[in-house]
Amino acid sequence: MIYNASILPILLFLTIVISVLTISILSARKTSSVKGYFAAGGTIPWTVNGIAFAGDYLSAASFLGICGMIAFSGYDGFLYSIGYLAGWVMALFVVAEPMKKLGKYTFTDALDSKFNSPAIQLMAGISTLLVSIFYLIPQMVGAGALVTPLLGLPHYIGVIMVGSIVIFIVATAGMKSTTYVQFIKGALLIVFSTILVGMLLNKGLNKDISDDYHEFIELTAVMDGESVSEIKEDGYEITGEVTDSKGYFIRLEKDGYNNWWKVSDDLRVTEALSIVDSIDGIKLYNGAPIEEERFYPVGHMEKIIVDGKEVEATGALNPFSYLSTIESSSVIRFVKHGFDFNGEHVSIWYQKSTPGSEIMRPGLKFKVDKGSTPLSKLNFVSLMLALFFGTSALPHVLIRYYTVPSPRDARKSTILAIIAIGFFYILTLFIGLGAMTSGVLDVESSNMAAPLLAKAFGSVLFSIISAIAFATVLGTVSGLIVAASGAVAHDLVDRYFKVKMTDRKKVIIGKTAAVSVGALAIVLGILFKGMNVSFLVGWAFAIAASANFPAIIMLLFWKKTTAKGIASSVCVGMVSAIAIILLSPSMFERYGLSASQAIIPLDNPGIISIPLSFLTLVVVSLLTQNKVKA
Amino acid sequence: MLHEPAAQSGRDPASEFKKKVGIRMFIAYAVVYAGFIVINTIVPKLMGKQIVLGLNLAVTYGFGLIILAIIAGMVYNRICSGKEDEMEKAEKNGETDE
Repeated sequence: MIYNASILPILLFLTIVISVLTISILSARKTSSVKGYFAAGGTIPWTVNGIAFAGDYLSAASFLGICGMIAFSGYDGFLYSIGYLAGWVMALFVVAEPMKKLGKYTFTDALDSKFNSPAIQLMAGISTLLVSIFYLIPQMVGAGALVTPLLGLPHYIGVIMVGSIVIFIVATAGMKSTTYVQFIKGALLIVFSTILVGMLLNKGLNKDISDDYHEFIELTAVMDGESVSEIKEDGYEITGEVTDSKGYFIRLEKDGYNNWWKVSDDLRVTEALSIVDSIDGIKLYNGAPIEEERFYPVGHMEKIIVDGKEVEATGALNPFSYLSTIESSSVIRFVKHGFDFNGEHVSIWYQKSTPGSEIMRPGLKFKVDKGSTPLSKLNFVSLMLALFFGTSALPHVLIRYYTVPSPRDARKSTILAIIAIGFFYILTLFIGLGAMTSGVLDVESSNMAAPLLAKAFGSVLFSIISAIAFATVLGTVSGLIVAASGAVAHDLVDRYFKVKMTDRKKVIIGKTAAVSVGALAIVLGILFKGMNVSFLVGWAFAIAASANFPAIIMLLFWKKTTAKGIASSVCVGMVSAIAIILLSPSMFERYGLSASQAIIPLDNPGIISIPLSFLTLVVVSLLTQNKVKA
Repeated sequence: MLHEPAAQSGRDPASEFKKKVGIRMFIAYAVVYAGFIVINTIVPKLMGKQIVLGLNLAVTYGFGLIILAIIAGMVYNRICSGKEDEMEKAEKNGETDE
């Protein structure tokens, strides 16, 4: 889709950027010690910390990724909201207070508190770095996706801009500036998402979206045997056809443009969107260069059923009737497919009438019912496990416990975070479904659903929501880079390599690490363009749940846990989770291969790597008991 | 460099009590969460059944898990804060008696 930048989004974007840079510069004046840099001196009030938790946690994955996945795959995207929030229960009931008591600056401190083991320092430091980097990738991808509609700049410019601003925030004042950036962003995100949902409910559901919305045409085919011989309507010439597992597609030429259409069994020919990578390197969007703007936003209600009767519009709805009306109605979704034709690759998004009853329960993305296999169900269970156990093992979440004065404050701030995050996650279902049915979706980027929904309510709300989404990325990336720089400066250089350093030098190393990790994140953010950010974050959760979670739990609740047991468990969990991801169907597609060629058929590693990590810890700890006693 | 918490906190006599309450509440929540996964994998059609206010089981259960987490968190905080205050009071009284 073509995005035209306007002055208001640019002004709001600049306001956000100037605000966070000012906070950073002001905080930097008060931050010279190690404690100040990595843990904001342990002086943040629990109320601020609670909302900052929300600001930290409600990343691009939550706002852009989940809303986008709901917009394209219905309830399956909401599974992420459920899993992400449920993980906080684990963090509150089991992890928050003990971690606060045991730790100093980093998650590794807590794991190593009873042992002073170089092996734990090394493994946990590396694990923190890797989880942070895996979590950084989707944030940067989200930043790139946002900057295009907001400022009219290419994806890579957005990634570089976010990377540079965040490096400045973290390198100036560390955890203190990061906390206040996250606090402001968390509060703004929740307030304006509530306003967006309020406007959506007030508008209700409409079949007639707006005068600007493209009217998708339906034609009638005349068959000759297995092929379409002609189109009943005048002016269309058949110029190609493809039949594969997803159906029968034909290419029609009209007014000099070649478009792909889908032929259904009842001879209806429905208009699709297509991108053709032509042999001479030019991309054609619906048969024309992108500048001609023939590639339309999509997603609309097919039938709206209220009290058993079909209506054109519902008027204002309450939250429950909004959801129940979608469930009893049907929606036209645009489903992606790809094939090769005459040596050119065609990406097509064809119309699919989807009953609301299928949208409002799991199954469109994660196959648990129709079309499911034992493997697809295993993938679903694996994802839900990783989300549940991953939150309390995320290093950038764990380090926030060290910013408050006491364990009681850690607990209270966690509860405030759960309230704020839980409320926001309920909103995601409305935002996602609103985007699905409001004719705003850009099929090329599922990550843009929420800002584009806001655009349907005017450029002011779009500008505000986009600027907040950008701040969302800044807040989370800052937290991740603080965690990563702590792992390098404190866990690895100071504690593992035992380099003698003054406090000042340690802060300098932390800042250098922040710049390096930020630079790496920029490169990865450019490479992973186009992948759904929530899906990518699912991987970070899986690695955290596999590498860190078993070690935290067993350290707290199993007295026979040894240092070697912990170090081995972190290592096995981390390596197995990453190996499964690298050999997964999604990564094979990324390598340009077929998903069916993947060596491991699972996309979510948790179901294998989490038990494996637990098992390793138990076996190694039992084998090293004598040495402990000795 | 010493390896101590960033902010020092005093002895916490209620910690064992809080640990027990936390684990029990976590197990209770985990059972409800596991129920969601089990229904989805074994009897997925059940998720489409209408339950309340025109919402199906999938939406009701999903919202329920989020709201349950919020309520459980507030209950846990109330229990823990009550115990902390009680233990602190008991300790202070003990010191005064001595």
